[in-house]
Amino acid sequence: MTDEAANLTLAREQVAGPLKPPAAATGAIAWVRRNLLSGWLNIVLTLLSLYLIWLVVPPLLRFLIIDAVWSGTSRDDCLPEKVGVVGACWPFIKAKFSQLVYGFYPADQYWRVNLTFALGGALLVPLLIPQIPYKTQNAVLFFGVFPVVAFFLLVGGVFGLPHVETRVWGGLLVTLVVAVTGIVVSLPLGIMLALGRRSRLPIIRTLSVTFIEFWRGVPLITVLFFATYMLPLFLPANWTIDALLRALVGVALFSAAYMAEVVRGGLQAIPKGQYEGAMALGLGYWRMMGLVVLPQALKLVIPGIVNTFIGLFKDTTLVMIVAIFDFLGQLRAAFADPNWSTPVTLFTGFAFAGLVYFFFCFGMSRYSLFVERRLSTERR
Amino acid sequence: MAESQPARVTFYNDPRLRGIFYQMLLLVVVLWLGYEFVINARDNLRAARIATGLAFLDYTAGFSINQTLIPYSEADTYGRVFLVGLLNTLLVAVIGIVLTTILGFIIGISRLSSNWLLQRIAGAYVELIRNLPLLFQILFWYLAVLGALPGPRQSISIFGEVFINNRGLFVPRPIFASGAELVLATFMVGIVLSLAIRAWARRRQEATGQQFPVFWTAVGLVVGLPLVASAATGFPISFEAPVLRGFNFAGGVRVIPEFVALLVALVTYTAAFIAEIVRAGLLAVPRGQTEAAYSLGLRPGLALRLVIIPQALRVIIPPLTSQYLNLTKNSSLAVAIGYPDLFAVFAGTVLNQTGQAIEIIAITMAVYLAISLATSLLMNWYNSRMALVER
Repeated sequence: MTDEAANLTLAREQVAGPLKPPAAATGAIAWVRRNLLSGWLNIVLTLLSLYLIWLVVPPLLRFLIIDAVWSGTSRDDCLPEKVGVVGACWPFIKAKFSQLVYGFYPADQYWRVNLTFALGGALLVPLLIPQIPYKTQNAVLFFGVFPVVAFFLLVGGVFGLPHVETRVWGGLLVTLVVAVTGIVVSLPLGIMLALGRRSRLPIIRTLSVTFIEFWRGVPLITVLFFATYMLPLFLPANWTIDALLRALVGVALFSAAYMAEVVRGGLQAIPKGQYEGAMALGLGYWRMMGLVVLPQALKLVIPGIVNTFIGLFKDTTLVMIVAIFDFLGQLRAAFADPNWSTPVTLFTGFAFAGLVYFFFCFGMSRYSLFVERRLSTERR
Repeated sequence: MAESQPARVTFYNDPRLRGIFYQMLLLVVVLWLGYEFVINARDNLRAARIATGLAFLDYTAGFSINQTLIPYSEADTYGRVFLVGLLNTLLVAVIGIVLTTILGFIIGISRLSSNWLLQRIAGAYVELIRNLPLLFQILFWYLAVLGALPGPRQSISIFGEVFINNRGLFVPRPIFASGAELVLATFMVGIVLSLAIRAWARRRQEATGQQFPVFWTAVGLVVGLPLVASAATGFPISFEAPVLRGFNFAGGVRVIPEFVALLVALVTYTAAFIAEIVRAGLLAVPRGQTEAAYSLGLRPGLALRLVIIPQALRVIIPPLTSQYLNLTKNSSLAVAIGYPDLFAVFAGTVLNQTGQAIEIIAITMAVYLAISLATSLLMNWYNSRMALVER
C-alpha cells in the first residue's frame, strides 16, 4: 500500500453546505419556462406567436367592438368621411336583419317562421340533453311529426293560412330548412344504403355501391345543377317541381351517400358474434339489424354522423349558386344595396355571417365531442 | 332419426327465394324508372326542339375567357372551351394540392408543438376554418379582401418585382432565349440522374452497409447542372418584371384575382382538415417507437425520418387522398366568383348558350368522376407501397 492510497478517505469530514434550491417546478413562472421558453427554438416560436396574435387580435377587437358603429339609420353614419372611424357598421346588419332571417317572406306572416323555429328548438333541445327522458317519443316527434307540421306552417294553404311560395323564402329560414331536411332524410336513407352495401344479395349490393360511389365522386354543385336543369327533363312534362324542393332532393341524396359510408364503418366494427348471437336467438334480418346491430353501430359512429351534419350545414350555402337565396345569398344581395355601400359594409356582413355559421357548426362539433366522451366513459 | 333434415319451410318463407324475389322487384323498379326517364327526356327534348348528341361541341363558342392556358379565341369551338376549362380546373387543383399539403403539415405539426402558444394558435386556426362554409370563405377573400385592395397606381409591391392590386397579382415572366432548351434538358437529366443514384445508393447500402450522401448529390445535379449549362450558353433565361404604364401594368404575368381568391380559400380551408389528419397520424405512432429508435442510437432527425414518419404516413395517406379529392371537387365553387374552371365555363356558360343540359352535365360529372377515380387509384398504389408488409 502506498502512502497516497493510505491518505485517501472515503467520508468527508465537514458537513456539506446546503445546495441551491432547484428551479421552481410548479407555479406560473415554471409553467412559462417549460411551455414557452425551453430552448432557443421555443423562444423564437413564442415570439413569432406573440407577433401573430398582436397582428390579428387587436385590429379585430378594434374593428368589431371599439371602433364599431352601434347605432344609425343610413350609410352616412358609417362613412369614414362623415364619422371618422372605420369599424364594423352594425346598423347595416340591423337594417337587413329581417331579410337575412326571413328572406322575402311576407312581413305579416313572420310569426309562422318564428313558431316553426320555436317548435324545432323546443323539440331539439330535450333530444340533445341526455338526462331528459322519453327519447323515443321525442325523436318520433322531431323526425316524424315536426317536418310535416313545419311544412304546412311554412307553406300554408290550409287551416286558413295564406299560401307562401317557396320563391319568396330566403335567408336563415332556407338555410335551416335545407339543413334540417337534409339531416332528417339523409340518416334513414344512408342507413338503408349502408345495409344495402353490406347485403349478401348481389343486385342490391351492386346498386348501393354504384349509387354511393357516384354521388361521392361528383361535386355537390354538379348535383344541384343536375337537380335544377336535368331532373325536369326526366320527369313528365306536366310535372312542375318547386325549385327549392329540387335542391332539397339533390342535397339529401348527396349527403345520404356520405352518411352511408359513415354508417358502414360502424357496421363493420360490430363483431361477427353479435350477428350470430342475434341469429341464434331466431331474429330475422330486420329485427337483428334494428334490435342488435344498428343500435351498437350507430352509437359507435356518432362523431362521424355529426361531422356529416356539419358538412351538410356548410354545404347548404351552395344552393345560392342555383339562385336560391339562403343566408349567404341574402347577404350577398344585401351588399348590392347602394343605400348601405360603405368601405366597411362587406367586412361587417362577413363578420356577422361568420359568427352565425360558426355558432351552428362549432356548437354541433362541441356536442359531438361531448357525446363521444360520455359514451367512452360508459364503456370504461 | 339421426339424419338432420333441412327444416321444411313454405316457399314464401325461404330466405333464398325471398332474396331473389326482392332483388327482382328492386331491379324492375329501377329499370322502370330508367325507362320512364328516357321516354320523358325524349318527349321533353322533342317538345323543346333541342337536338341531342355531341354535335354542339363543334359549334363556335363566341365568348371570351379571361384565363386560358392554351391559345383560345371567341372563334373557337365549345370543344375547345371544354379543354380550356378542364386545364384551368387542373391548374388550381394541382397548385392547391401542393400548397395545402405544405400548410396543412406545418399547422398539424404546430398543433403538437411543445410551445403552448403556438399549439393554441394552430388549434384556433383549425376550429375557425373548419366551422365556416367554404363558399363563405371564397366570397370573403374575393369580395372583401381582394376587393379592398388598392388600384394599380397604389399597388402593394414586393421587392419591386411582384405587384398586388385589385386587378390581380403581377409576377415576372421568364423569357427563354436560344439555348434555354439545353438548360431545361440538363434540369431533366439532373432529376433522372438523381433518381438513378438514389436507387443505386439504396442497393449498395443494403448489400454493404455503406451510405452515400444522396441528398447533396441530388441538389448538386438538379441545381448545379442547369447552372453550368446556363453559364455555358450565356444565361439564356431572363425575367421580365411587370412595369406600371399609365393605368395598368405591362409585361410580366398577370394572375387574375379570381384565381388568387379561389386558391387562397381552397388552400387555407383544406389545410385545416389536413392538419387534423397529420396530428392524428403522428399521435397514432406509439411512444415506444420513438424510445426504441433512440435506444438504437438514432439521432432525433433520423428517428423521425426512418421510424416515426413512415409509420405515421400509413395512417395519414388514406384520409389525405380524400382531402385531395375534396379540394379538386370544391374547386367547382369557382363558379360563384367567375373563375373560368370547367364547371363555370362548361356547365355554366356553355349550358346557358346551348341548352344541352343532359350532355353537358353528364360530361362534367364524368370528368369529376374520372379525376376522382384516377386520384384514388394513384394514392391507393402509393398506399400499398407504404403499407405494412406482414408475414
